[in-house]
Amino acid sequence: MNLRLLAWKSLKSRRSTAILTIFSIAVSVLLLLGVEKVRVNAQSSFANTISGTDLIVGARSGSIQLLLYSVFRIGNATNNITWKSYQDIAQLKGVKWTIPISLGDSHRGFRVMGTSRDYFSVYQYGEKRTLKFSSGIQFEGVFDAVIGSEVANSLNYSIGDEVIISHGTGSTSFAQHKDKPFVISGVLKHTGTPVDRTIHVSLAGIEAMHVNWQGAIKKRKASKALTESNLQPESITAFLVGLDSKIISFKMQRYINEYSPEPLLAIFPGIALHELWSLMSVAEKALLIISLFVVLASLTGMLAVSLAGLNERRREVAILRSVGASHWHIMGLLVTETVLLTIAGILMGVTLLYSSIWLAQPMIEKTYGLFIPITAPNIRELGMVSMLLATSFIIGLVPAYQAYKNSLADGMSIRS
Amino acid sequence: MLESVPKSPLIALKKVEFAWHAKANSTIKSANLCVEELEHVFIQGASGSGKSTLLNIIGGIVTPQSGQVEIVGQDFCQLKELQRDRVRADHIGFIFQQFNLIPYLSILENVMLPCRFSKLRRENAIERSGSIIKEAVYLLDRLYSKGRFSFHRTTGELSVGQQQRVAAARALIGQPQLIIADEPTSSLDYDAREAFMGLLFDEITLSGSTLLYVSHDPTHQHLFDRVVDMSVINPHSEHDL
Repeated sequence: MNLRLLAWKSLKSRRSTAILTIFSIAVSVLLLLGVEKVRVNAQSSFANTISGTDLIVGARSGSIQLLLYSVFRIGNATNNITWKSYQDIAQLKGVKWTIPISLGDSHRGFRVMGTSRDYFSVYQYGEKRTLKFSSGIQFEGVFDAVIGSEVANSLNYSIGDEVIISHGTGSTSFAQHKDKPFVISGVLKHTGTPVDRTIHVSLAGIEAMHVNWQGAIKKRKASKALTESNLQPESITAFLVGLDSKIISFKMQRYINEYSPEPLLAIFPGIALHELWSLMSVAEKALLIISLFVVLASLTGMLAVSLAGLNERRREVAILRSVGASHWHIMGLLVTETVLLTIAGILMGVTLLYSSIWLAQPMIEKTYGLFIPITAPNIRELGMVSMLLATSFIIGLVPAYQAYKNSLADGMSIRS
Repeated sequence: MLESVPKSPLIALKKVEFAWHAKANSTIKSANLCVEELEHVFIQGASGSGKSTLLNIIGGIVTPQSGQVEIVGQDFCQLKELQRDRVRADHIGFIFQQFNLIPYLSILENVMLPCRFSKLRRENAIERSGSIIKEAVYLLDRLYSKGRFSFHRTTGELSVGQQQRVAAARALIGQPQLIIADEPTSSLDYDAREAFMGLLFDEITLSGSTLLYVSHDPTHQHLFDRVVDMSVINPHSEHDL
């Protein structure tokens, strides 16, 4: 009978405390690896929000603000860009394509974005993936709308349904463009990006809905009729730029930033995404630290249980000593027990993690737009687990040393 | 009764001094004991006379502050702790007063336990019966009435008398040279005590072991070759009785 078997049988005889200890380690492993998995996937999903776009151009503000409102539909622009400036830049040599973005309205909490038809063919996310329709087609008429998958799912919309757009971006609005309802012409496939939560309409549609409106207030009398000429936008919120060659991107950025007719800002999406993620890394680190403390708490719990049980095990230690066990055997037995408990806790924690991911995957994707794939643990996760195992070994030395001290004092005398 | 030192004693203690703590009084002071091979020696002493300490010294669990301790020809004072552990594992079988068994192991696993720590006893067991498990079953069969119950069950359900038989089988497995019994019958009633002593003597005679039996109860003195009082072994003890 080897030491591992002896440790296993000893643990089996104290199964209720052993199971509780294993469970507390499992929960901490679940938390530690869960936070890591969410972090890694959130980061990659975040970085995949936009791709293939070389520059994002908006009115001069901050790069993160521009990224937030143009890509993530969070917050608002401080100023608009005139249609003329947009046209100037779009026609520059080296510019392959541009996508105008016009924001400011919403529908039941989902942002409405005015754009061109090119959006559906050139906009890319993830690994250079273009948008695909799950049903319907892109907008053709002025009052056609294309909705993201999440909008369709949450509001149970399908092709042909009417959408009344509200002025402003809140989920409750007092100014609704009830006079000009939009009709859904297409529903986009799921992308896992803010596109899923967006209602896309044509720039002409945005203009059309604001005809006869003064700011956020509808004029009492309709003074203008909808004509081709008054559907030409005077300004847009931002635009995305694709270049013929990446080599000219710095030159183009400098040109736009120094554009004299109006103050503009051009940003590289990749760099801005990185800056934004760095801001969030504080929260990410805090989460990791909390999970590390949970791990520490569970290991301390295991240590407390082990130390508390030692007094009752003095007899067992004395018997083992009498049949020839050395101090090393006794210490080995206690450390083996701790390591066995930790291994069992890790296995249970990993099982819990994967079953939770499997169960919660659709819900997380639907609620947060974050897809967490079931993948093998990465090097960092394996490193964390190995650190946990190494720490349990060190922690196991504490009761082992205490047992050694006890057995020195007790000898083979078994008094109770 | 003073001990004369024989040529090849199994146990030889000379002027042994031992205190559990540096500041405590010596539990063992100027102790002498000599036990020859195959002898069955009864050590009588009241509680607190240093019997258990003496057994810890003979078992190599503790080393005396001064004096000589020779067990199975090995000078314990010169050996390192691990080497003493090895001598104990190879050559000594212990039976205690009670709580002798590991509760989470089966009867059979308890009996086979010393073979886990001693290659010599493992080899002896295999040589005699073919395998450790066969040797354990053989010993248990001899100490119990054959086939009365499964040896695979845990020891928790056994009576104290039955537990002592398992402890005796464990002490005897692999034929160690020395069996040390520390008040093994004091928890047993009269019938169980008599039955246990009979079986123990039969087995020790059969296995050719030396027996060192420690008790405060003189009832079974007549079964032994020699009776030694603790006051003779440890005449100058300052131990607080």
